[in-house]
Amino acid sequence: MRQDTNMPTAEARDFAAGAASPAPGAATDTSIAIRGLGHSYGDLQTIERLDLAVPARAVLGLVGPSGCGKSTLLELIAGLQEPGQGELVVGGASSSQGRLERCAYMPQRDLLLPWLSAIDNAALALRNRGIGRRQARQEAGELFERFGLGGFERATPAELSGGMRQRVAFLRTLIAGKPVLALDEPFASLDAITRAEMQGWLAGALETQPRTVVLVTHDVEEALYLSDRVAVLSSRPARVVEELNAPAPRSAARDGTVTTPDFVTVREQAMRALRAGTK
Amino acid sequence: MTMRGRAMGRWLPPALLLAGLIGIWQVAASTGVLADVLNLEDFLVPSPAEIGESLWQSRSLLAENAWVTLKEMLFGLGCALVVGLGFAVALHLSELLRRAFYPLIVASQTVPIIVVAPILVVWFGYGIWPKLAIVALICFFPLALNTLDGLGSVDPEATKMMRTLDASRRQIFWRVEAPTALPFAFSGAKIAVAFAAIAAVFGEWAGSDSGLGHLMLQDNAQLETARLFAAVVVLSAMAIALVGLVALAERRVVTWR
Repeated sequence: MRQDTNMPTAEARDFAAGAASPAPGAATDTSIAIRGLGHSYGDLQTIERLDLAVPARAVLGLVGPSGCGKSTLLELIAGLQEPGQGELVVGGASSSQGRLERCAYMPQRDLLLPWLSAIDNAALALRNRGIGRRQARQEAGELFERFGLGGFERATPAELSGGMRQRVAFLRTLIAGKPVLALDEPFASLDAITRAEMQGWLAGALETQPRTVVLVTHDVEEALYLSDRVAVLSSRPARVVEELNAPAPRSAARDGTVTTPDFVTVREQAMRALRAGTK
Repeated sequence: MTMRGRAMGRWLPPALLLAGLIGIWQVAASTGVLADVLNLEDFLVPSPAEIGESLWQSRSLLAENAWVTLKEMLFGLGCALVVGLGFAVALHLSELLRRAFYPLIVASQTVPIIVVAPILVVWFGYGIWPKLAIVALICFFPLALNTLDGLGSVDPEATKMMRTLDASRRQIFWRVEAPTALPFAFSGAKIAVAFAAIAAVFGEWAGSDSGLGHLMLQDNAQLETARLFAAVVVLSAMAIALVGLVALAERRVVTWR
């Protein structure tokens, strides 16, 4: 059992269970500040002089051409990598260990462990903190009901549909109780209908469980619908071409939102920025 | 189709083929055609019926020697399992050990280990120990290499995911790496079990006073061809049963495939 997270377990659980405000003692400042960030793999500069700020409990969408370093940026924020240059502060922590403690990362593929049931997958973070299997299952089970997965607790990942797998993967990220979520193209592998459904679902989930979110996607519409603000990145080395405010706050009624004239205008603006930044 | 129907569909064709082959052999051997074609004396080419008869008549002798060989196989496999899995885990966890040992292990696979059996007999005598050593040596490699490959085949993204979910190195090993490696370890175990029978018999040929391999040499010298075949049948049955047991265990344990 590891006891080096800065959030005591009980408080982390309150947070995961949807407590109205962050638990006392938890980092109250959950914002992200990125200044002059640079990163390279060997000679290949992937990120250059990047500045970004995400206020606490806001959702920042990141769009950019493929291979522009979005995923690297996400791994940097999550504390999985150490930046080459610049400053990267997540919830007051700048060390990679500190960022790792404050941030939960949801990879592109759901990566549910096939030898665990849906509920045991979702409860992984609790088990890693040393909570017993029964209690972990009980805590995760409450969220299963709330997020439309009731009845599928004991199902194996292979028995779940793509959308449900993605929901379990998201619950797994949420139950970790971290104030910051780094989501890497969470819905890229889903078909169009399921993806739209899952976007509405995520909007609802963030409504009840607000977190500071960095959402990487290649889908401009998805970014604008789910985010408060969208940063358009250039091709490698990645820098911010343009930042746009999302036209409407996300709501569970996705279809009504994405067809309004405002939304369409901003979407076109984002597409122009994307084209301008793509070499 | 029902479950039983499907099982029938799977087992029936090979069973019929086997029965057909034995039938042809029976006819060819009992009419003397097979001996004529091979240009041999009749008594050197036993028919399946004669082999069956020998199996029954020498049942206690066969069982006694089969038990000796089975013990050699099982203890040797046990040693290989413990040492092989231990090696795989140690090499997986330590970059330095892996860099030092891995090339040597792979290279040593080209050494025909079976030829060291006579040396082992010189060192350890005629008892169970040289056989145990040869079985363990032969079975070690498929177990260790398969398990090591399995441990290395873990998706790096899954490891990252676990790290952000506060998993310690130990938890990543038990919750992700070990289950990932399990099917690989079972593949290695199936190969090892099949090798174990060969290794045990070779060990006995190099020097022994009991065991199916010992019995085969005796029968060969005394031209007891039917019992020689009977010993082969018993050895094969043991190897097949052990592989079957491992396959069964795999199906019980690795439920997610």
